[in-house]
Amino acid sequence: MDPLAAIKVTFFQECEEQLAELESGLLVMQDGAHDDEMINALFRAVHSIKGGAGTFGLEALVRFAHVFETVLDEMRSGKLPVDANVVAIMLRAADMLADHVRAARDDGSADEERSRAIAGELANLCGISADGPEETVEEIEGLDFVPVAFAFDDAPPPAPLPEPVMDLPEPEPEGPPRETWTIIFKPRAALYASGNETAFLLRELQRLGDMDVTVQASGLPLLQDMDPEEGYLVWTVTLQTAAEETAIREVFEFVDGDCDIEVKSARADASAALDVHALIAMATAASGPAAEAPAMAMPAPAPAIAPAAPEADNSDLMEIIKFIDDAKAAVAADEKGEPLAPPPSSDAGIPAAKAQAAAGGAAAAQAGSGGQPPAGQTIRVDLERVDRLIDLVGELVINQAMLAQRVAECGLARSSSVAIGLDDLEHLTREIQDSVMAIRAQPVKSVFQRMPRLVREVAAMVGKQVRLVTEGEGTEVDKTVIERLTDPITHMIRNAIDHGLEKTEDRIARGKPAEGTVRLAALHRSGRIVIEVSDDGAGINRERVKNSAISKGLIPASADLSDEEIDNLIFMPGFSTAATVSDISGRGVGMDVVKRSIQALGGRITIASEPGKGSTFTLSLPLTLAVLDGMVVSVCGQTLVAPLTGVVETLQPKAGDVRSLGPNGTVIQIRETYLPLIDVGVQLGYRDAPLLPTSGVALLVEGEGGARAALLVDTIQGQRQVVIKSLEANYRKVPGIAGATILGDGRVALILDVDSVLSAKVTEPPRNPTVLAAAG
Amino acid sequence: MSKTVLTVDDSRTMRDMLMLALSDAGFRVVQAVDGVHGLEVLGGEPPDVIVTDINMPRLDGFGFIEAVRKDNRFRAVPILVLTTESDQAKKDRARQAGATGWIVKPFDATKLVAVIRRVAA
Repeated sequence: MDPLAAIKVTFFQECEEQLAELESGLLVMQDGAHDDEMINALFRAVHSIKGGAGTFGLEALVRFAHVFETVLDEMRSGKLPVDANVVAIMLRAADMLADHVRAARDDGSADEERSRAIAGELANLCGISADGPEETVEEIEGLDFVPVAFAFDDAPPPAPLPEPVMDLPEPEPEGPPRETWTIIFKPRAALYASGNETAFLLRELQRLGDMDVTVQASGLPLLQDMDPEEGYLVWTVTLQTAAEETAIREVFEFVDGDCDIEVKSARADASAALDVHALIAMATAASGPAAEAPAMAMPAPAPAIAPAAPEADNSDLMEIIKFIDDAKAAVAADEKGEPLAPPPSSDAGIPAAKAQAAAGGAAAAQAGSGGQPPAGQTIRVDLERVDRLIDLVGELVINQAMLAQRVAECGLARSSSVAIGLDDLEHLTREIQDSVMAIRAQPVKSVFQRMPRLVREVAAMVGKQVRLVTEGEGTEVDKTVIERLTDPITHMIRNAIDHGLEKTEDRIARGKPAEGTVRLAALHRSGRIVIEVSDDGAGINRERVKNSAISKGLIPASADLSDEEIDNLIFMPGFSTAATVSDISGRGVGMDVVKRSIQALGGRITIASEPGKGSTFTLSLPLTLAVLDGMVVSVCGQTLVAPLTGVVETLQPKAGDVRSLGPNGTVIQIRETYLPLIDVGVQLGYRDAPLLPTSGVALLVEGEGGARAALLVDTIQGQRQVVIKSLEANYRKVPGIAGATILGDGRVALILDVDSVLSAKVTEPPRNPTVLAAAG
Repeated sequence: MSKTVLTVDDSRTMRDMLMLALSDAGFRVVQAVDGVHGLEVLGGEPPDVIVTDINMPRLDGFGFIEAVRKDNRFRAVPILVLTTESDQAKKDRARQAGATGWIVKPFDATKLVAVIRRVAA
């Protein structure tokens, strides 16, 4: 990729981060907590976006960011109070800024009208403390940012620059008009203190044309009176150049105020009846003998001064530079070592400065190693490379397992050095795998931080007051999972605001706070990530849900459903309770789509609702989609893998514990309860006649939502970590099978989808837990 | 021998831009993400020129320049300030802190290199 294009990509990534920071900062402010550093950070975020945008010539973005930045600057300097109104406008501005960034990224354009309106609001904020608001708007819009003004150091500036001094009555007929300029330049100590250098300035001047330089050293005191940091020399430069005075002055741009400088054109001088040549001659004459005097007076340590005394011409320039360097070195040596000359007065300050610098350094080191994590300790890597690494590590795991199996087949003792070495290898492989997977793990923050804006927009659209509370933003999960979380979460939050929360007046009538709360939380639970979206609304209106389902023909009118079963109706395809399909939730996506997309990730979604108090949707997802810990079992001579997360315990069924239930059903008594006993071989179609329960092994499994059952398999081979290979991608979706893996001996084993096996079985004969309990 | 430039900027975009422009011009580039980090890096590889942003977390450009100037080893190292602000007050403030000069953002590579050349051998 073209490096500049790559930087542009980085810029937009960085913009997203800064936008996120901006938004979260503003949200904190909205809650009334803020400090100066936070305002600074907000300012920096917008400033940085503006800076980068300027580099890439993104004018609309620059323009808007500039107004925003100006207002934040006012806030930073305390001129603009932080109040609810200001923060509300800024939040809108942050959304607008985000739109601008995305428009710029996608080569589109943002809604200019809205942008102008918000920019106007922002400008008005400044107007409060400044002049009339109208004026402020104009002033700020007038500051249109145009990336211009580039390297003119080598070339004469473009034509339209003003010519303040020069007045050419007789234009030169041919060639660039060359003029003779006299520049008298006397650096002061401050010039050197800021790291500027006479030699470099002279060299810059030389680039403009032909130059003669003379130095006047008459100001040099005796060495014992000399302040090594002071400037004593006066440089007189005669420059023949086609460049404008502005170009000459520009050379001294950085040292303006740190030196005495005089720039005169010969022509101007002539008109002022001044003879330049006489002046030069004067300066030259003055510098010659005058310079010699201090040189003679100088004691041994500074002999380097002497060669410089004679008149310096253009070709001597480099020598002068060298001489200055030498002289400086000599002075520096004086400062460091035993001073040959009496210590200059400024030296007294140096030890103190040193001590201070040391203290500063220590403080900096402390800041680096202390509380704050060192910034910038990250690298950005192309995702493909990480995935390739993960694939390779997957192969490594398989290979290691194969090797272990081969060694075991050789009949080597467990204590043999080869076996022990293999154990170590296994640990290492495992650690490598964990570490590699951790590379892909990211906090869910990236998804969560998009939600406040969504909530604001949806709330505004439906006219409800909503507060979003987020928890567990730092919870980490695989990047693939994160990427696919946005849509379901977005939908559930929309749903919660649109359907879950009551209208404001209804809330007040029920004695609830007018502002509804939507809570979005993430947490790790038993090797999975759980995302909860809850609201404090009315809860599911079960009667309406049931009637709706009946009227749509989704369930028979006579159906006798438990509360839980009614709640789950909303996940049925084609179900929508809203009387009118609203703009918010009704974008052709129902909760059934949410459920399907979650299931596709190996996740489950459940709902819990309490009338009058609200509803909670719970998503449970695997942390990664690449590996799982499995129990390897045999069924009808086939090897299957059951994900270990679902297996609660294993047991050998005893004859007395197994009962028949109906024509096909079998239950097993486990302690105080009866659970369905599902023959995996029959369920997957490996055999027709069920295995005799007592000759197999039962895996007690628990699905999402707590449904339990016992899965009957022939034998258990052991536990193993397996690399998931998608069956869907390589073959097609098979009910009851979640994927496939390659075992140590190179054979392919299918991975059981416990929940689908469970639900397939459970829905066939309608399960009623109370009957089972009664049977016990 | 190529000159070493220390760039101090909290924006990755800006750091990348500087890196691209400077390394193309044959400079060696050392990067830091803010003033504090800049001071840490400074000791490791003494730069010939420092280019620093002003608005940064932890330690801003002004503070960074002052700290650099207080260190005897770096009293004379040219320091250029990156600034979008064209107002004189900011430049004066930077110079008061000890900055050698400034580069107005947005810059292009030629301009950047020219300014660096202006202040460094």
